[in-house]
Amino acid sequence: MITSLLVANRGEIARRVFRTARDLGIATVAVHSDADADSPHVREADAAVRLPGSSPAETYLRPDLLIRAALDAGADAVHPGYGFLSENAEFARAVLAAGLTWVGPPVEAIERMGSKIESKLLMAEAGVPTLTDVAEPTEADLPLLVKASAGGGGRGMRVVRRLADLDGELAAARSEAASAFGDPTVFVEPYLETGHHIEVQVMADRHGTVWAVGERECSIQRRHQKVVEEAPSPLVERTPGMRERLFDAARKAAGAIGYEGAGTVEFLADDAGRFYFLEMNTRLQVEHPVTECVTGLDLVALQLSVAEGAPLAADPPESAGHAIEVRLYAEDPALDWRPQSGTLHHFAVPGVTAHFTAAGERGLRLDSGVESGSVVGVHYDPMLAKVIAWAPDRTAAARALAGALAGSRVHGVHTNRDLLVRVLRHPAFLAGETDTAFFDRHGLGALSEPLADKDTEALSALAAALADAEANRAAARVLGRVPGGWRNVVSQPQVKVYTGVTGEHEVRYRVGRAGLAADGFTGVRLVSATARAVELEVAGVRRRFEVTAVGGSVWVDSALGPVALTAVDRFPDPADQVAAGSLLAPMPGTVVRVAVSAGDSVTAGQPLLWLEAMKMEHRIDAPTDGVVAELPVSAGDQVDVGRVLAVVRTAEEGS
Amino acid sequence: MTVLRSGVDTTATEFAANREAMLAKLADLDAEHAKAVAGGGEKYVSRHRARGKLLARERVELLLDPDSPFLELSPLAAWGTDYQVGGSLVTGIGVVEGVECLVNASDPTVKGGAINPWGMRKGFRAADIAAQNGLPTVNLVESGGADLPTQKEIFIPGGRTFRDLTRSSAAGVPTVALVFGNSTAGGAYLPGMSDHVVMVKDRAKVFLGGPPLVKMATGEESDDESLGGAEMHARVSGLADYLAVDERDAIRLGRRIVARLNWRKRGPAPAADYAEPEHDPEDLLGIVPTDLKVPFDPREVIARVVDGSDFDEFKPLYGSSLVTGWAQVHGYPVGILANARGVLFSEESQKATQFIQLANQTNTPLLFLHNTTGYMVGKEYEQGGIIKHGAMMINAVSNSKVPHISVLMGSSYGAGHYGMCGRAYDPRFLFAWPSAKSAVMGPQQLAGVLSIVMRQGAEARGQAYNEEHDAAMRAMVENQIEAESLPTFLSGMLYDDGIIDPRDTRTVLGIALSAVHTTTVEGADSFGVFRM
Repeated sequence: MITSLLVANRGEIARRVFRTARDLGIATVAVHSDADADSPHVREADAAVRLPGSSPAETYLRPDLLIRAALDAGADAVHPGYGFLSENAEFARAVLAAGLTWVGPPVEAIERMGSKIESKLLMAEAGVPTLTDVAEPTEADLPLLVKASAGGGGRGMRVVRRLADLDGELAAARSEAASAFGDPTVFVEPYLETGHHIEVQVMADRHGTVWAVGERECSIQRRHQKVVEEAPSPLVERTPGMRERLFDAARKAAGAIGYEGAGTVEFLADDAGRFYFLEMNTRLQVEHPVTECVTGLDLVALQLSVAEGAPLAADPPESAGHAIEVRLYAEDPALDWRPQSGTLHHFAVPGVTAHFTAAGERGLRLDSGVESGSVVGVHYDPMLAKVIAWAPDRTAAARALAGALAGSRVHGVHTNRDLLVRVLRHPAFLAGETDTAFFDRHGLGALSEPLADKDTEALSALAAALADAEANRAAARVLGRVPGGWRNVVSQPQVKVYTGVTGEHEVRYRVGRAGLAADGFTGVRLVSATARAVELEVAGVRRRFEVTAVGGSVWVDSALGPVALTAVDRFPDPADQVAAGSLLAPMPGTVVRVAVSAGDSVTAGQPLLWLEAMKMEHRIDAPTDGVVAELPVSAGDQVDVGRVLAVVRTAEEGS
Repeated sequence: MTVLRSGVDTTATEFAANREAMLAKLADLDAEHAKAVAGGGEKYVSRHRARGKLLARERVELLLDPDSPFLELSPLAAWGTDYQVGGSLVTGIGVVEGVECLVNASDPTVKGGAINPWGMRKGFRAADIAAQNGLPTVNLVESGGADLPTQKEIFIPGGRTFRDLTRSSAAGVPTVALVFGNSTAGGAYLPGMSDHVVMVKDRAKVFLGGPPLVKMATGEESDDESLGGAEMHARVSGLADYLAVDERDAIRLGRRIVARLNWRKRGPAPAADYAEPEHDPEDLLGIVPTDLKVPFDPREVIARVVDGSDFDEFKPLYGSSLVTGWAQVHGYPVGILANARGVLFSEESQKATQFIQLANQTNTPLLFLHNTTGYMVGKEYEQGGIIKHGAMMINAVSNSKVPHISVLMGSSYGAGHYGMCGRAYDPRFLFAWPSAKSAVMGPQQLAGVLSIVMRQGAEARGQAYNEEHDAAMRAMVENQIEAESLPTFLSGMLYDDGIIDPRDTRTVLGIALSAVHTTTVEGADSFGVFRM
């Protein structure tokens, strides 16, 4: 019997597994890198073991440290989560060798599914439809997809549209595969431009029972990474007989390798409902919650039960309703999905009914690795949380999820939230037209537009200014109760400047006896204001803006859309203004050393030379990035105060 | 809690007429204030801006804490004279880094910010306020010095400016000068006498004599920068403590200086929490009758000014033509003296004397709400000792040491103006409502008195009195006195610190009381000999 479980993972999946363990009465052991020392998953566990360092290679990818941690903490089982070492047969073997229970499939099953080439052959043999490898590609086979045999997560994958490119892409894929997975083997498949990514959740026990629990569609992807996932699949729903064929293929796949535990068989399907085996993931999937929401199962509980040797019931429960999951990433979709880091000052999703679990016929589930105040670092996947809505029908789930996301407070890091909301509200999505080309077809530019338009941002800036005024009044040491900005002789309004994604907003306002007067906001009436909430009547409609300010960052949330603003300082630091130019001797002295020569490129803060005066050495640093344009002094020179020591020009000035 | 009830009927025709009249006066006042704000006019304003410079009030606004109040003082100085309304200077009380400061800013769009006789007097008044209340001073300097054609009025008294600065410093009240442009000749002593000096690079020009004067005096060839540039003063002469890269930077530095004064107010702090008045200050517009001959109940004003409309009246049954009592404004305790039926009799005078003594005993500031036609005249009253009793009240007001604040709501005539702490009795602040009038007596009375005296003169000489001439003379005198009794005129003469919207009375008093409590509040130990 498992009494204490170590999760060899971090973030939301560690918390997810802990939740089930707690429910079952199993003690929990977390591991953490230095960067994760204060993470929620560490705080929640009964015990935690530090893995020194921060990079995955130093920490979550170290089987030796993980097993040591399990033994030290008295754990008797190891759950690998997903990613990291979850599909690493060596790790599974080492866990078992240490006398611990491995919450996952048999080592051989992992190994056999680890090679894509081998697994495809195996599947074809078992009667599972596969895409045949293209041995001798011709024009007619285009486009093609080059994949790494040992790959995953989109790495080592390359699309080839011209035969002439094939050799180059093969070579590139081989070298990428070799460095990423230690195995240069690649293969070539036909590439389906507008495929559907359909996967089947399977669950198998040691006694020969194999469940096809249900399918999921995860066609909306960016760079081969899933963004929106749902169960059931709209394609499967509308294609008669497809589900039976899919489930049959999935059961065959699992059966063929003597699978045990939770796994996922992934297929690529076309619009006609034809599907082909892609790969089998021998672990729990990120998107497992949608299956839990429609089946009522606790897949982690089943994993633990199977790992202990218990039998499954003869058949899985029936699915009911529809569930949709989105992955909230700290990234900027408009800037090539660039990951974002920083402090997540405030994170709250309204209407959440459950965390890491699901019950009832409708609800909102939050599986989050972060909380308000968490620091989003650069070491790991930038996924913050998964938000899942389930309801009796798909439209209801999409609407509930979009509403919850739009109303969420996500302060501190830029996320793909607005994109997710736009996808969930898109007519094509609501019509079930989801395939892997969704972003290309509907335009990433339009889909990643902020929910708040320019007018909303401007109005939010006004609300931010008014809330700031209240905060200033409340913090005032004197005259705090006298009306804000009061003047007996009026010459000009109060001025506050904010920058947002749509540009700069100069808010010019005055709250007088006749109410609010703000330039450019005729017809806007101030109903009430506190430092945290401002109510404005805009063209006869009362609107509430919640304002959160941390330092110079301000977040304004309203039904019109979330807005992040930066307050522009009234007094720019003159050090920023002086910037480039001449460096003058601050006092008379002797130049003792010169570290650069004219023409050198320098970075801001780099020491240029040292001046000795009054028995002290004074360092003269480059004030900005640029090029040393002039260096009229050399070591040994006596200089007077105010003498030009060096001139640094920025790149723009130089050209 | 003794909450005042209100008998004001806001639906009455009279109320509406009063309100309308007051609103018209306020609109006129706004127009006069706009003249001061316009400074030297569009041409000079755009020229100033074209040089990349901020206007005087823009500099002030930037200096102040965001969203904090600013009480501009004497905005109508020089009204009714040949000089620009406002007198080429902006003065007021504002909050800088949480510190209430007396802020002065020269307006360079008005004749280069040159100091004229009215600007000078306005500056003196500001310096008095700073000195009496212990407020740090921040000068935003850009002035061409004395307005030379009027030097005879300025040169000799103007020396006070520099004396006041160093006396403030000696009293432990810091002074800061931010020099944005010219500050030459005598003006050079402005930074010279200040505790903290910031100069704007390439803009500030501070020297005793410019290149032409130096050439004339010693034959030396020189230039502005070497004689008085900011860079020179920051690096060579040491007159500038800080070199600002631009105007904004100078203001930033000025704010940092004030932040580092480690300023502590010396007076008692206001109550931590207090209630707003129970009655709407908006009603104040309709309370003062259009004809000042009609008295009004000052309790209706008090009910709209003091915290929670809470007022404990002193001696309500005695000398009822003057209302006295205790209240609190923006958390500060005050004793209030308010005229109820215009005339001050012996009883009112004695009551006022006792009340002022009580306030001094308990270190409570006094608030005078004026609507008085003066002390009662007539045989009965003269024989009853009205002079003695009036003198007692004036003695008490003169020797009282607690801070006084006066608000002229309506009439403030004759010795009543003195007894109610008129300008000559050094109230810390004196403000007027647009409805106020002040003179030795009412215009009709004054014209009538003149007429009687002239008629008696004619009769004594046995001449016939020309009734036609008399009517013309009376009309002329009445008009002149009426015009000279109006608050804009009195404000122009610096006889008040500003005309305020009655609805702002509570706010203005709050700012004034807070300024007053920058220094200690202590009552008098002794008064002059009371003539009993």
